[in-house]
Amino acid sequence: MLEIRSLSVTFTQPNSEPLLALGPLSFDIPPGQFVCLVGPSGCGKSTLVNVIAGLQTPTTGCVRLEGTTMRGPSPRVGLMFQNATLMPWRTVRDNVALPLELAGAGRAQRMEAVDALLEMLGLTDFANAYPGGLSGGMAQRVALGRVLSQKPHLLLLDEPFGALDALTREQVSFDLLRAWRREQQTVLMVTHDITEATLLADRVLVMSRRPGQIIANIPVTIRRPRHPEDAFTPDFSETAREVRAAINRA
Amino acid sequence: MQLPLPLIRLTRIPVRYGRRVAPRSIRRYAGVITLGLMLLAWQLLVMSEALPSYQLPAPAAVWAEFVDWLSTGRLWPHIWTTVVEVVSGLAFGVLFAVALGYVIAHSPLLDDVLSPMIVALQSTPVVAYAPLLVIWFPGITSKTITSALIVFFPMLMSTVVGIRNVPPTLIALMRVSQATRRQMFVKLEAPAAMPVLLSGLKTAATLSVIGAVVGELINGNAGLGHLVRLGLSQYDIPLVFVAVILLAALAISLYQLVSALERRLLHWQQFE
Repeated sequence: MLEIRSLSVTFTQPNSEPLLALGPLSFDIPPGQFVCLVGPSGCGKSTLVNVIAGLQTPTTGCVRLEGTTMRGPSPRVGLMFQNATLMPWRTVRDNVALPLELAGAGRAQRMEAVDALLEMLGLTDFANAYPGGLSGGMAQRVALGRVLSQKPHLLLLDEPFGALDALTREQVSFDLLRAWRREQQTVLMVTHDITEATLLADRVLVMSRRPGQIIANIPVTIRRPRHPEDAFTPDFSETAREVRAAINRA
Repeated sequence: MQLPLPLIRLTRIPVRYGRRVAPRSIRRYAGVITLGLMLLAWQLLVMSEALPSYQLPAPAAVWAEFVDWLSTGRLWPHIWTTVVEVVSGLAFGVLFAVALGYVIAHSPLLDDVLSPMIVALQSTPVVAYAPLLVIWFPGITSKTITSALIVFFPMLMSTVVGIRNVPPTLIALMRVSQATRRQMFVKLEAPAAMPVLLSGLKTAATLSVIGAVVGELINGNAGLGHLVRLGLSQYDIPLVFVAVILLAALAISLYQLVSALERRLLHWQQFE
């Protein structure tokens, strides 16, 4: 269970008024739920992700994960960005293995876990390649493999597929859904794409303009497992229209 | 004889498709051909008698001088002295610069405190205060110090730039994975800064020879810089040529050594 309690972030700069960037906002995500967060740009989505990841301290309120209050980064939380941000000097395999290596896992254990991930993401043939030659979609799959390898309980995804073309984006996001079905992590994914949000999530949260607050909470009832074709069903259109309307009010 | 390809290259050439590249056979010998043409031009200049031969000796005369100094065993101690000065100067300069650069890159306060002094030191020509060093530190030490001082600044800058330009998202990622300070350095900062560090080291390697020679030219009784001074004082111009060419060869060797290191450590760059 992820619990966000009256969280707010204020930026103070010398010679200017303090700027309330985010909140105060509260919401819960039950274990294993896939939640998408949409909102106008500049509403503080990335700030929220940074705070939950423990990279930034909130001005007020707190973040609780599985009953414990988060103070700083935790290996239970996995983070993925819009850019793959791989290490170009490491092979695909070693990039995926990075979190395990940092946690001090043994070589045999690392290899086993990494090989399984590479297999699932269709990266086996590229295991010994360097990221420099990979396409955007491939690179983002490696980044996904890397964040999954640490077996996080909470996955924080900050517009993870925003830089990909539509078809690649669909493929990689369904890779993500497959991985999620296997491990049942709690997922919080920031996106600006209504279709993507509706297609992937159990629930869509809509944020207002700055200071960002939760203004809508829209459950998605499309059955699982989902397929790309679900985007053409009446259920889908209905939900997507609801999200659209909420954003228009933002 | 198989020559390495490339013989000497300033930087890695990026791959551009559709660009016409000269055949490997020509590229392999390009460097040698250039050297041959330079020798030819030198010989022609001597034959034109634009300068008297006691001022501009023929290549053959320089070669004879070189063979003479080599066969009598007088040359080696001088080469050795300069090599020791250059290598120790380079090592100390790089070591201090990287250590200090790393700390400065992480501490804005230290940057504020030390930068004025470092910039002042760098702005003062080393050649101008090298005589003082020669007086204060006897023998080989002053040459090592001059060399280290000349190497210091470019290496310091490379380190600061290299460390400060580590992508912030990778830093965030390492923090989320709870990387220790040590892991942060070994697994992120060092490899990320390596390209900048190595290109700084290329500059530093050639500069280190200048530093040692400046010291030897001011005062010294050994080393290739000393041979330049000796040759000039005795109007033995072929000796000056021998020393200068050997110094060039030393600098080029160091440059090549760093290039080889670069190819080894940055082999992943060819995939970019």
